[in-house]
Amino acid sequence: MVQLEVFLQTLVSGLLLGGLYALIGLGMTLIMGVMKIINLAHGELMMVAMYIAYWLFTLLGIDPYLAVFIASPALFILGVLIQKYLITPVIKVESILPENQVILTVGIGMVLASLATVFFKSDYRSTPVDYASVTWYLTDYWANSPIELSISLLWAVSFFFSIMITIAMWFFLSRTDIGKSIRATSQDSDAAILMGINVNRMRSLSFGLGAAIVAAAGCLFIPLYYLYPALGGQFTLIAFVITILGGLGSNVGAIIGGLVLGVFESMTSTYIGMGWAPVGRFSIFIAALIFLPGGIASLLHRRRFGK
Amino acid sequence: MKKYMPFITLGFFLIFPMLGVSTYVMHIFILLLMWTTIGMSWNLLSGYCGQVSFGHAAFFGIGAYTSGILYSKLSMSPWLGLPLSVFTVGILSFIIGLAVLRLRGPFFALATLASGEVFRVTAENMEWLTSGTLGIMLQQRLWVSKLPYYYIILSITVAVFLLMKYLLSTKLGYYFVAIREDQDAAESLGINTTLYKTIALIVSAVVTGIAGAFYMNYMGYIDPHIVFALHDISIITIMIVMVGGVATQWGPFIGAVIMVLLQEVVRSIPGLGAMHQAIFGGLLIFIIIFLPNGIVGDFKKIKRFFGLRSA
Amino acid sequence: MLEVKNVSKYFGGLAAVSDVSFSVKNNEILGIIGPNGAGKTTLFNVINGFYKPSKGEIFLNGVSIGGKKPYQICQAGMARTFQIVKPLRRLSVFDNVVASAFLRAKSKQEAKQIAEEVLKFTELYEDRDTLSKGLPLGKRKRLEIARALATRPKLLLLDESFAGLNPAELDKSIEIIKKIKENGITIMIIEHHMKVIMSISDRIVVLTYGQKIAEGTPEEIRNNPEVVEAYLGGEG
Repeated sequence: MVQLEVFLQTLVSGLLLGGLYALIGLGMTLIMGVMKIINLAHGELMMVAMYIAYWLFTLLGIDPYLAVFIASPALFILGVLIQKYLITPVIKVESILPENQVILTVGIGMVLASLATVFFKSDYRSTPVDYASVTWYLTDYWANSPIELSISLLWAVSFFFSIMITIAMWFFLSRTDIGKSIRATSQDSDAAILMGINVNRMRSLSFGLGAAIVAAAGCLFIPLYYLYPALGGQFTLIAFVITILGGLGSNVGAIIGGLVLGVFESMTSTYIGMGWAPVGRFSIFIAALIFLPGGIASLLHRRRFGK
Repeated sequence: MKKYMPFITLGFFLIFPMLGVSTYVMHIFILLLMWTTIGMSWNLLSGYCGQVSFGHAAFFGIGAYTSGILYSKLSMSPWLGLPLSVFTVGILSFIIGLAVLRLRGPFFALATLASGEVFRVTAENMEWLTSGTLGIMLQQRLWVSKLPYYYIILSITVAVFLLMKYLLSTKLGYYFVAIREDQDAAESLGINTTLYKTIALIVSAVVTGIAGAFYMNYMGYIDPHIVFALHDISIITIMIVMVGGVATQWGPFIGAVIMVLLQEVVRSIPGLGAMHQAIFGGLLIFIIIFLPNGIVGDFKKIKRFFGLRSA
Repeated sequence: MLEVKNVSKYFGGLAAVSDVSFSVKNNEILGIIGPNGAGKTTLFNVINGFYKPSKGEIFLNGVSIGGKKPYQICQAGMARTFQIVKPLRRLSVFDNVVASAFLRAKSKQEAKQIAEEVLKFTELYEDRDTLSKGLPLGKRKRLEIARALATRPKLLLLDESFAGLNPAELDKSIEIIKKIKENGITIMIIEHHMKVIMSISDRIVVLTYGQKIAEGTPEEIRNNPEVVEAYLGGEG
């Protein structure tokens, strides 16, 4: 019975974590789909957003969850600027290695992380909101429950917002004209040009949106995590693991990929050891690359065509 | 003149220690040569064969740990790690290759990045073998003087330079470039791309591994964060070649000179230390946008910029 | 030389090539025609090993090659060109050919010799030091042929080697292909240019919607009502 309890608790924590991961992956997959590049500065963009949320909380007492409305637009602008002034020129440059664009985003990430260290020092920071310690227990609601499960309020709220933003994004991409244009660009940019879509604008827009989404994820994460300048790298890795796992440019894939990764990491921590969670993360990544090259999206696709 | 450059350079490096330079300068030169070696190895796999690796720290670290574990667990000379790392790195890179070489372009890059991270975390957690984050420390290094280390790494660098020059002039060189330029075309022209990519990977990895084993002997201390570092090893390796010139013979050397000097300059100016990643990142962005083929590759462009173009 | 037996290739339930059989005889030129999307290039990709056939078998000189890798098939004596040319862009024309000549050459010296021969044969020798990305399209198409020839094939697969050529280049390419045949190499060719294919092919196979609808001499194909309706009809 204890074992079942541990398992279920691990599963629940994994799903909550996965919900947040899904949001990070969603931003990355949007950029990857439209730009066809892997943004290795993704986690660093999230780190920037977390600092915005941190200072808003510390200086002005603004709740981190409300900071989404400031951090996301700010990162949207930053994303558009990066796309316009750094990535676009490189796409035009002829070079021996096409991976130049990926290496460029590494450079951007290094600059952001380093500037954060310069300005904010390497200190660990957090936003101690006063409702941080609230936790719900299953036995409080169902006294006779044979097992005990708990959910912290913060995790639940972050998860909830993450789902809301995901739904909003899905609505935006599938129902609005701009969203449809972005998806058309991602599927076939040549055809999109013929349809009269301003592809360059869509690229800027999607880089901005991707940055804004990961900024939102940052604001949801900050009440749960410590913040420090080097934090970005880890989340960049998480983001691309999710994207590969989910299938490139697939939004549904990214969401499922995020959940799967969250649960998987949570399981590795519980059953193998805390320190091994990153190994689990990369094992699942390499396994996905090898055994499921199209990611989860390819499974969904296969089912749809009955083959 | 150009023809004699290799001999002039070699001559300079041979007599250099006799000029009565300080141990600090010797140290810089040892690092410079070590990074040139690593850069050349990366250049073979990524520059010539087109398989961009973000994970050379994995091979560097395995080489370093081969030496370190020989010393700490088997009480043998860590110098044996140099020849032994040919086997450990060779075998492990072959296994990594089985997993990652079927991937193309950015996916290969990301998979190598992931494998570098896997080795770091594994080294952190396999405490019975690696002593975890405590690292491995040599009680005392073999020589106090820098001189023997200098000549050892110099001979390694020269040997690797000649090896690369030779390899690239043979069938292998043509096949590597063919794979970089168009893998489908190469395959349809009868080139077993998987085999030749594996060769490029293993040669590249082994060279970096030897450099790692040397590092253990020279520095006398390693831990997973140092030798499996993503930024300080894998990314610096990429930068050295990008700055110097991708797929050029002298690119890794020029790049190593610039990067090692820059690193020291940044370190020596107080207050700039924290900025060093920003400066490196900025340099990387600059190079990619303005000199995508590096200083050697875009030398004509540089001359033109300074109005030095001779007819 | 080559035998294709009941070969099919499906992509996610769609048949790009379905149940196609034909054979290529020694030292003939076999033309493959068919409207866009008829599965010609897919068929090449299956024969050449880029795709595994979903069904059916392929024999090269009696040896089954279905499902083998492209490089193995090339080593067995079949070379191909690409419809969308794939030169090794940053290598000179000469080095492009040297790279593929290594397949049969025992030394670099020999590889260079083969490359020189082939470049003279395809009339690209003058351009040997040009970077291949700087070549005009017509010469790039010929470079594809030169590279394939340098692997000393017995069977050569040409995928639209005439598309986009001007009349002068066209004549040159036709002449080269006839010379290749004279040297005893069997050729299989996909082509849209009707006049060319009718004049150089010994036999022709017609594909529509992934299926073979006719096979015969150019004369027979021209008079086959099914072909005329399916394909030639629109063009008159």
